[in-house]
Amino acid sequence: MNDTVSRVNLAGTAAPSLAASDKLARSMRRRGDESRFWWLVPLLYILFLMLPIYWLMNMSFKTNQEILGTFSLWPQSPTLRNYQVILTDPSWYKGYINSIIYVVMNTVIAVTAALPAAYAFSRYRFLGDKHLFFWLLTNRMAPPAVFALPFFQLYSAFGLIDTHIAVALAHCLFNVPLAVWILEGFMSGVPKEIDETAYIDGYSFPRFFVKIFMPLIASGVGVAAFFCFMFSWVELLLARTLTTTEAKPISAIMTRTVSASGLDWGVLAAAGVLTIIPGALVIWFVRNYIAKGFALGRV
Amino acid sequence: MNKTWNNKAWFMVLPVLLLVALSAVIPLMTVVNYSVQDTFGNNQFFWAGTEWFQEMLTSDRFWAAMGRNLMFSAIVLAIEIPLGIVIALNMPKSGWGVPVCLVSMALPLLIPWNVVGTIWQVFGRVDIGLLGYSLRQIGIDYNYVNDPFDAWVTVIGMDVWHWTSLVVLLCYAGLVSIPDAYYQAAKIDGASRWAVFRYIQLPKMNRVLLIAVLLRFMDSFMIYTEPFVVTGGGPGNATTFLSIDLVKMAVGQFDIGPAAAMSIIYFLIILLMSWVFYTVMTNYDAER
Repeated sequence: MNDTVSRVNLAGTAAPSLAASDKLARSMRRRGDESRFWWLVPLLYILFLMLPIYWLMNMSFKTNQEILGTFSLWPQSPTLRNYQVILTDPSWYKGYINSIIYVVMNTVIAVTAALPAAYAFSRYRFLGDKHLFFWLLTNRMAPPAVFALPFFQLYSAFGLIDTHIAVALAHCLFNVPLAVWILEGFMSGVPKEIDETAYIDGYSFPRFFVKIFMPLIASGVGVAAFFCFMFSWVELLLARTLTTTEAKPISAIMTRTVSASGLDWGVLAAAGVLTIIPGALVIWFVRNYIAKGFALGRV
Repeated sequence: MNKTWNNKAWFMVLPVLLLVALSAVIPLMTVVNYSVQDTFGNNQFFWAGTEWFQEMLTSDRFWAAMGRNLMFSAIVLAIEIPLGIVIALNMPKSGWGVPVCLVSMALPLLIPWNVVGTIWQVFGRVDIGLLGYSLRQIGIDYNYVNDPFDAWVTVIGMDVWHWTSLVVLLCYAGLVSIPDAYYQAAKIDGASRWAVFRYIQLPKMNRVLLIAVLLRFMDSFMIYTEPFVVTGGGPGNATTFLSIDLVKMAVGQFDIGPAAAMSIIYFLIILLMSWVFYTVMTNYDAER
């Protein structure tokens, strides 16, 4: 393609001076959207995104009197009291610990189980493989509301209600299919010749998988783990249904505070800000894979 | 990639199969079980046949929730897809702007869904929220707690805020895969901005756009947490979508039979949509 373009270019302009053709090439590299104010669009959009988040942060640094009494665009007398309440009161900070425990458990379970399955889907054909792959997808798409009640009864029968493992297993419903689909997307990008060469070199399957294959798809594993973490972290309905006190996630504790009468807006805002932080911290590392992860590894 | 036929691969899939069977098949069987039985308490169940399904399919409440949900999905798609495309087309092409845009745009996607609800609940309040207060100041009678229209505007605004970035990121991923040579050729042919979009950028975004539409449809069709936190389904039933109605019925009123029948109908719709998604994906994979 490039060849054709440059040939046409030379013929059409009858060998222009070097500088001129350089300028032409540079202008051609641009995409054709010449309007000088293109940057306004993303800028305005990001402003729109940041405004509600800013408002939450703004509130988290205010006292309740200030939140309810005066309307101000930034805290007049900034205070850290709200954060102090959360970080010193066990009923608050244990919510974070509970959330992190079941989220990590879920991520480990989902990715570990998904690794061999994704390999099988990307490398082999077997009886019913397509049906199975499709069936996994339906679970990713299934509304958690459908599963809330049966989950509650199932885990009650096993005495697992209000344990971290119950939530971790329940979240496998959508995270295992997600991990399988993402990993399959990454694995299909690795040429099959690598497997065959390794076998010829005398590698056993487990050794090949750990020593050669895993490093090749390391970014895929990272992305899958990140998205399992994220989707387990943001989910509320199942986590709330399956827990009462001991394993209650932070998100459920927040809704409880919302429904109570005398609202502590400042603490609520601070709790909200603290739940955004894990995502904001790791987002930088996966910025190039976000689209791929959300699209189940299919971009 | 040509795959070898090997039925032993089943053993590698087994862990996933067991896990998902535990977390999907068994609960779903319970639901099916309930949907064809009636109970008068005491753990005594009676065969009810298709009674609950008939009741569900003729109930106004179900169809009203379904209608609201479909309308919500349609509005959300109609706003988010074009908006996402426009923003993706105007993203910076290189330099420091790219990571900054990617990171700040992805931020709403990673916020817990109930916090998204909380953020908008606070943001829209007329006494302490920036949005509600400002609207009041410029003389608009806005109150999402009492007014169904305002509640809808708030819930849709929230969803646009929450999920448009997904469309942007997907479209952007499609756009950066277009080689420069395409644009150069278009330039030489004197193609207009519209022609570049219509014949170069849009065809290349086809696949990601389809994924975006399907994902957004599925997720908006099962939305629960965000509107539940903001409006609780109200005022009245104005923002009671399918999932909210289902949870209300199953957990709140403990009408297990109708709730189970509703779950099955709900699930069949999801199954149909998943099939469309899957067919689209496998067709594109085959082309690749």
